Amino acid sequence: MTERVLDVSGLEAGYGQIKVLRGIDLHVDKGEAVVVLGANGAGKTTTLRAICQMISTKGSVKVRGKEMIGRSTPDVVRAGVAHVPQGRGTFPDLSVEDNLEAGAFVRKDKAGVRQDRDLWFSVFPRLGERRAQLAGSLSGGEQQMLAVARAMMSRPELLLLDEPSLGLAPIIVQDLFRRFGEINKQQGVTMLVVEQNASLAFGLADRAYVLEAGQIALSGSAAELREDDAVRKAYLGY
Amino acid sequence: MATETSSESAGTTAVVAKANEQIGGAYRALEAFSAKRVRNLGILLAVVVVFSVYAITQDGGRIYLQRIFDSLNNGFVYGAVAIALVLIYKATGVINFAQGEMAMFGTFLMIDLHDYRGLPVWLAILGAMVISAAGAAGIERTLIRPFDPTNHLSIVMVTLSIFFIINGLVPVLYGIDPEAVPTPFPGAKDDFFNLFGVRIRYENLGIWITVGLAVLLISLLLKRTKIGLAFRSVSSNLESSRLVGISTGRTLQFGWALAAAVGTLAACLVARFNQPIDFNFMGKVLIFSFAAATLGGLDSVLGAVIAGLMVGVAETMLGGYVELIGSELALLVALAIIVVVLVVRPSGLFGSKKVERV
Repeated sequence: MTERVLDVSGLEAGYGQIKVLRGIDLHVDKGEAVVVLGANGAGKTTTLRAICQMISTKGSVKVRGKEMIGRSTPDVVRAGVAHVPQGRGTFPDLSVEDNLEAGAFVRKDKAGVRQDRDLWFSVFPRLGERRAQLAGSLSGGEQQMLAVARAMMSRPELLLLDEPSLGLAPIIVQDLFRRFGEINKQQGVTMLVVEQNASLAFGLADRAYVLEAGQIALSGSAAELREDDAVRKAYLGY
Repeated sequence: MATETSSESAGTTAVVAKANEQIGGAYRALEAFSAKRVRNLGILLAVVVVFSVYAITQDGGRIYLQRIFDSLNNGFVYGAVAIALVLIYKATGVINFAQGEMAMFGTFLMIDLHDYRGLPVWLAILGAMVISAAGAAGIERTLIRPFDPTNHLSIVMVTLSIFFIINGLVPVLYGIDPEAVPTPFPGAKDDFFNLFGVRIRYENLGIWITVGLAVLLISLLLKRTKIGLAFRSVSSNLESSRLVGISTGRTLQFGWALAAAVGTLAACLVARFNQPIDFNFMGKVLIFSFAAATLGGLDSVLGAVIAGLMVGVAETMLGGYVELIGSELALLVALAIIVVVLVVRPSGLFGSKKVERV
């Protein structure tokens, strides 16, 4: 049996009085790319934030079998989860190089970190050219590359991507998703992607969940869901 | 009746609109004025040159130089306290109003360790720095961390209350009698050498070197170490810092401890020149350090030191040559610097204007 990298069950979370997630069950197996679709306000971002323990949660979040509820966000990161937040979340006042260095904060092997940094500079040459520049001065697409590279610097078991296509030109988004595919298939990094752009997401994902009003409404293989009438109408527009 | 009121209010509205427009125009003019950086630096330089010429013709070049060198003492100390303010500001986005009092407490600890526990002055200063750092770490954990870090007002209120607590606690612990302050440097009357006819005291030289080394160490700590990287990350983006595995609470605690240690060092050095000291001696120093931190741009460590030196020089020179100011109104110089910087160049001389594409 393949390893469950992420196993979420009965996950509830919210902000203050407002309950956003009302019992979510989902799982991601090793090597999979899984996408979570949903309309605005369905709870996609909240799901990722809850997995990372950035908000108070109830239920169960297991990362490689270890319970994360009640642990701190840095603990979740140390367990092997890297989260690229919505809006990219780079360190605007730090250089590109320092951003990557910070991404490897939980690692102890200095030589390996330097190697990985050079690796990501070769994957995204634009970042290499701008290594001494402050991250805040990069363009949106470059910032998204930086955010992904920074997340990968921790050598995660599981990469969480929160609407990576947001606010970027279509051609840049296509290039990014091609990179995500490479990271998933060639480097074997397990992925959980939240996305509104369903056709792009189906291109990347093995399986998909559809989130509606804080609950999983549908789940299945990407191929199945792509053909589902409701999904097609709601997210693909035909 | 009703029409009268409405026409009256229409009149008022027009007046208000006009006033608003005029105020807006004035601000735009100010902004246009401050945008020309080179010209403004030119004006500043010209003022400095004219003042220097006036000063030299007044009392001669030697006194002019002597005053500049004397002012460096205060300048370095203001710079060091400004660094402490900047460290906390970078980390939390607020000014720590209790910084001066924490440093004052540290100075009394130093005197305690030296006079009553027999430690040599250097060790006493180091010991006081360590105790201050531990105390500040405790303050951060118990009084700062429980509050939402994005709610600046409540944190400012907490630092104000710490100010009053320490200001009340020290006289209870150490009494209100003024205390003499020991110095780690040769401090006798004739411990000086001459340079270009200017008398330089070893004691002063010691302060300059000590603060210089402290600045160097802090810069290296922030730029070259892992905890430094964590500190800069937390200052830049709190949420993302958590997402890369940095424990933000402990990092902020480190910032508080470091700031308290630097503050105590500076206060121990400056206390000597204000001796005998009582529990209020840091009040004046803190205001000049506020001016330095503002002038330096609030988020630049090196900027804080350079601005501290500028503020120190301005204080001594204006006090020395402008009779009206003297030493009584010197505080006004600091306040004037704060106001002018905030109006003309809010990001200070070395502060980073937030560069951010969205």
